[in-house]
Amino acid sequence: MRRITPLLWLLFSAGGTVAAFLFPIHLLLLGLAVPMGWLDALSYESARALAKHPLARLYLLVFISLPLFHWAHRFRYTLYDGLQLKHLTTLIAVLCYGTALAGTVMAAYTLWKLG
Amino acid sequence: MSAGPRYTLYHPGWYRRRVSVWWWLQNRSYAGFVLRELTSVFVAFFAGVYLWQLRALAQGPEAYAQFLARLKTPLFLALDAVAFVFVLFHTITWFNLTPKAMVVRLRGKRVPDHVVVGLNYVAWLVVSGVLAFILLRVRS
Amino acid sequence: MPSTVALTVARYRPEKETEPTFQTYEVPLRKDWVVLDALNHIKDTLDGSLSFRWSCRMGVCGSCGMKVNGKPKLTCAAFLSDHLPGPIRVEPLDYFPIMRDLVVDLTDFMQKLKKVKPWIIRKEERPPAEGEYLQTPDQLDAYKQFSMCINCMLCYSACPIYGLEPGFIGPAAIALAQRYNMDSRDEGAAERLRILSEHDGIWQCTFVGECTKVCPKHVDPAGAIQQYKLTGATQWLKSLLLPRGAR
Repeated sequence: MRRITPLLWLLFSAGGTVAAFLFPIHLLLLGLAVPMGWLDALSYESARALAKHPLARLYLLVFISLPLFHWAHRFRYTLYDGLQLKHLTTLIAVLCYGTALAGTVMAAYTLWKLG
Repeated sequence: MSAGPRYTLYHPGWYRRRVSVWWWLQNRSYAGFVLRELTSVFVAFFAGVYLWQLRALAQGPEAYAQFLARLKTPLFLALDAVAFVFVLFHTITWFNLTPKAMVVRLRGKRVPDHVVVGLNYVAWLVVSGVLAFILLRVRS
Repeated sequence: MPSTVALTVARYRPEKETEPTFQTYEVPLRKDWVVLDALNHIKDTLDGSLSFRWSCRMGVCGSCGMKVNGKPKLTCAAFLSDHLPGPIRVEPLDYFPIMRDLVVDLTDFMQKLKKVKPWIIRKEERPPAEGEYLQTPDQLDAYKQFSMCINCMLCYSACPIYGLEPGFIGPAAIALAQRYNMDSRDEGAAERLRILSEHDGIWQCTFVGECTKVCPKHVDPAGAIQQYKLTGATQWLKSLLLPRGAR
């Protein structure tokens, strides 16, 4: 297991796929349609009931976690190559993957608490 | 070439050019590449919005109402609109690059790239439709 | 069409300069002339001291790669008439040390190419008496595109990662490794995987895609690298889940 780069790339790819397929519609509904008043948001009761469903919980965990790892991997390389911050390479990696991990843990914990 | 003079890479007469930190602005392709990479920031942003929504749901009706109120402010509407453009850009570039990474062979022949891309778009539309249907039906 | 065009050519004479300069020459503008013809005209009639590499002048040897108006091109395939109006800027390929004028040192690539073992590796050679290795057209198709590489280095000159990380093994080397990995006669995929999975191997690539855009032989090195990332990642998963498992 010396190399985790393949794992990080797999997470990046999975996250990118999740974001590519699922984010546009969710963003359209929650981020644009609801604030613009074209749609009513889900009521608290129905939203909570929907989120409690085991399949929904799995969906939400994947929805939040994998794209965060996608960002972490991509952003890390963007900072490293784009801004030539080579001397900070370890710090950047820790901050990026650490944030993704923190987000995952928070999501998992919150989803567990919903039950 | 085995028993020749030792070859040195650090020849003092050769001129080595330094890569500018602005390399990514030097041509359109590079700039487009960096824009594509920056879509990940908006992807993380929206994942964060969902995490925020989840925590609000777990905390109670007031927290959820506050979340929705914040989402309707001009700031978040603007952020979400920009995010939407970047997320779409991510989807389009992701689908265009998929056939490069995953070569599908049917009966020995490679499936043409545009077919793979097209199938991705079809799947995307179907998935989006199903999700929209589910989310719009849950209203009680 | 005017009768001449200006060529602004990069010069570097280490014996008398510490930095590259530019020199402008006026060359005849003929509709069938390429930049290489203009350079040869300069060397033959205007300035014999100009140094540059070329050989076949028909796009198969890979010697004449240079930057024309900022883009890496084979100068034997870059028509003057496509780069009007002048002055046409001719510079050495990026990211390689300049030896003199338009000549760059390619040793780095040569070493990297050797590292990926670009030859058929077999556990046991078949004796000639048994005849040739047979290959179906579909088996040939699996690697043929990657075999078109003429080692012209335009892809290295286009790759910003190679510019920023000189240790990066680079597009052509990986494409050529894939050419052999995908060859049905080859049994060396595991050996190459070891080399390509190193820190400066395939994982440095962020799929900018510029290498594929500039390749004059449509090798698609970016595609080769992404395919290899998938292979590398699946092999890694396999080694994780089946430690003693099938190779």
